[in-house]
Amino acid sequence: MTGFPRARRGLAAALLCLTPMAAFAADIPEAQRRSGYEFMAPETRAIEDDDAANPGMLTVLDGDALWNRGEGPAGKSCASCHGDGPTSMTGVAARYPAVDAALGAPVDLEERINLCRTEHQETTPLPFESKDLVALTAFLAHRSKGRPIDIAEDPQTRRFASAGKAIFERRQGQLNLSCAQCHDDNWGERLGGAMIPQAHPTGYPLYRLEWQSIGSLRRRLRNCLAGMRAEPYPDDAPEIVDLELYLAWRARGLLIDTPAVRP
Amino acid sequence: MARVMINLPPRAKRGEVVAVKTLISHPMESGFRVGTNGALIPRDIITLFTCTYNGEEVFRAELSPAIAANPFIAFFTTATESGTMVFRWTGDNGFSTTETAAITVE
Repeated sequence: MTGFPRARRGLAAALLCLTPMAAFAADIPEAQRRSGYEFMAPETRAIEDDDAANPGMLTVLDGDALWNRGEGPAGKSCASCHGDGPTSMTGVAARYPAVDAALGAPVDLEERINLCRTEHQETTPLPFESKDLVALTAFLAHRSKGRPIDIAEDPQTRRFASAGKAIFERRQGQLNLSCAQCHDDNWGERLGGAMIPQAHPTGYPLYRLEWQSIGSLRRRLRNCLAGMRAEPYPDDAPEIVDLELYLAWRARGLLIDTPAVRP
Repeated sequence: MARVMINLPPRAKRGEVVAVKTLISHPMESGFRVGTNGALIPRDIITLFTCTYNGEEVFRAELSPAIAANPFIAFFTTATESGTMVFRWTGDNGFSTTETAAITVE
């Protein structure tokens, strides 16, 4: 019986250790929000800033070519409807993910491109992560470079964004971690050797030096989940878009810098 | 066809040292990686990059498997005469891409 109070004290000490962590779990104040760009080493920023050196620009040019390519029975291209001036589609990507009125659910830029393909071009949707879909997404997002992320503030969007927030804050996987534990509570610290950024999706699709290629936000989320030893969501899971919407909502006001370069 | 981006000043003064930047899309598969099926992915890299300026070679680089995908090669050269620069990348599996850029020397 003498050991019991000691065990209780140990438990109390453990709880005390945990309590401050729980107290940190809060949204990042607006004044402290920083784009991932600001966490990068000067060398990485230099690659991103120089369009002639940024390998993501190769994909943007691919997307530009696809934008003008006719598809489907009528041979309609994206440019047939949306035009091809340097200012066409400017600021559009900054509003995505957005709630689609007909679907009653949010869609991200990739899904919007595929909806356009099936509804207006009457052709097949492109698979997620395919070269062509990433290229078109990069082209569109690049047209919004320098624009602030601008997510609608209506109740319907809020509802889906708060579903995304719940996913962001939910512990999952074998490591029992949530996204918020790193990106809300410990941004600016290091995980191993790597800087923990605030997880703002400003530069997607972005060129990761680790991937040696450009990749979408979906790929990044799958990477994060696998790193937490959680099961990544399937491509058609609504959770992905809810999470993407929450991330964009959380990053509202930060400037789009597609194609970003990250380590 | 590999996508190529060339960046050099369109105009330069005679004798001026100009920066030439090139970027090409290429997987640069090292030949040391193993695919999901457990088999070695065959090597597929660019092995040689050359730049000729009005027919004269001004830059040459031999590339190795340790070079990352989408090689970015930048170098300096002296603007001597107006003319064209021809950039050529050759590599495994008969890979060959040529691109030209014009420069006006005043």
